[in-house]
Amino acid sequence: MAEATILYHDQSWRVRSGMTVRDAILKLELDPQTVLAVRDKRLINEETLIQPEDEIRLVNVISGG
Amino acid sequence: MSHVMRCTQCGAEAVINMPQHRLKLCGEHLVAWAAKMTQKAIDRYGLFTRDERILVAVSGGKDSLALWDILQQLDYASEGLYIHLGIDHEGYSDVSQEAAQRFADERGLTLHVLNVQAAYGKSVIEAARRRRGGRTCSVCGLVKRHIMNRMAYEGGFAAIATGHNLDDEAAVLLMNTLHWEGRYLSRQAPLLPAIHPRLARKVKPLVLLYEREMAAYALVRQIDYVMQECPYAQGASSIYAKGILNQIESQSPGSKHQFYLGFLRARESGLIASDGAADVPPETCARCGQPTTAGDLCAFCRLWEMAE
Repeated sequence: MAEATILYHDQSWRVRSGMTVRDAILKLELDPQTVLAVRDKRLINEETLIQPEDEIRLVNVISGG
Repeated sequence: MSHVMRCTQCGAEAVINMPQHRLKLCGEHLVAWAAKMTQKAIDRYGLFTRDERILVAVSGGKDSLALWDILQQLDYASEGLYIHLGIDHEGYSDVSQEAAQRFADERGLTLHVLNVQAAYGKSVIEAARRRRGGRTCSVCGLVKRHIMNRMAYEGGFAAIATGHNLDDEAAVLLMNTLHWEGRYLSRQAPLLPAIHPRLARKVKPLVLLYEREMAAYALVRQIDYVMQECPYAQGASSIYAKGILNQIESQSPGSKHQFYLGFLRARESGLIASDGAADVPPETCARCGQPTTAGDLCAFCRLWEMAE
């Protein structure tokens, strides 16, 4: 089965391609309100379908302030 | 066939969904919309005018750099201030200063840097360590407020702009409400007027924007900001409060917006009364000349006296 990589902080996960970015965020037990997804240095929306061999970096949006 | 999220304004692929505004925007329209919302806050709350020079307090993080970027886009006369606090965990203060300087250099903007250790002989961390019961974050806030006032006064700036977004303000509001901090509630606003000749007006032009929108803006604009969190912010109550508010927002989009803007309206209509403390004119610190309500010396000068 084709897979893609999700990077968050210093960790990485392999996920099934074909799922949405939002589903991947939920699978990692993160709150979709608190992260954004970047692929090839470009921001992508949470309904984007993950393609085989994608490398998607999740960026935390919450800071202590 | 797969579904593609489209920009409400132009039909291109969207980069962000903002159900609280019933908007999905592409990068280009997100940038324009964020600038429009910032201008709306400037106008609605009377923050500053185009004739005034603004000092933007920049930390190297997404919000303050995005704010500076937007003010430049909107053609406001702004300069930056970076305060090097001496936080050496993984070079935090150095890395942040580099990010702020790089941002300014790339855009031909002026950045003022004040290094606390060089100017006052000790870093904020050392000062906090020597103050009995002094929590690092409260000491840091005290030092930053003093330096911002000093730099604004010396540089002849009309106002200090900070990158506080709606989530920052809603989190503070939640914590102050939980503890019924009447004095803080009566003073929480996008504009704090100057009530002393040495006290600068404080303004928050990003209060109509969610933190998520600011992060998206910074990513679309490819702003090279510091993602590392301040090591002292770990476990901060503001992060906890933001988490709770985001859980509510997930169930009911627009809740954060309603909570904060409803509070501002209630405050303006007199629902939250001042305890009178803000109406007492401050005195002048005998050492630095800045305002004080705590006797001869202001809290900043007392901190440094204790640390000596």
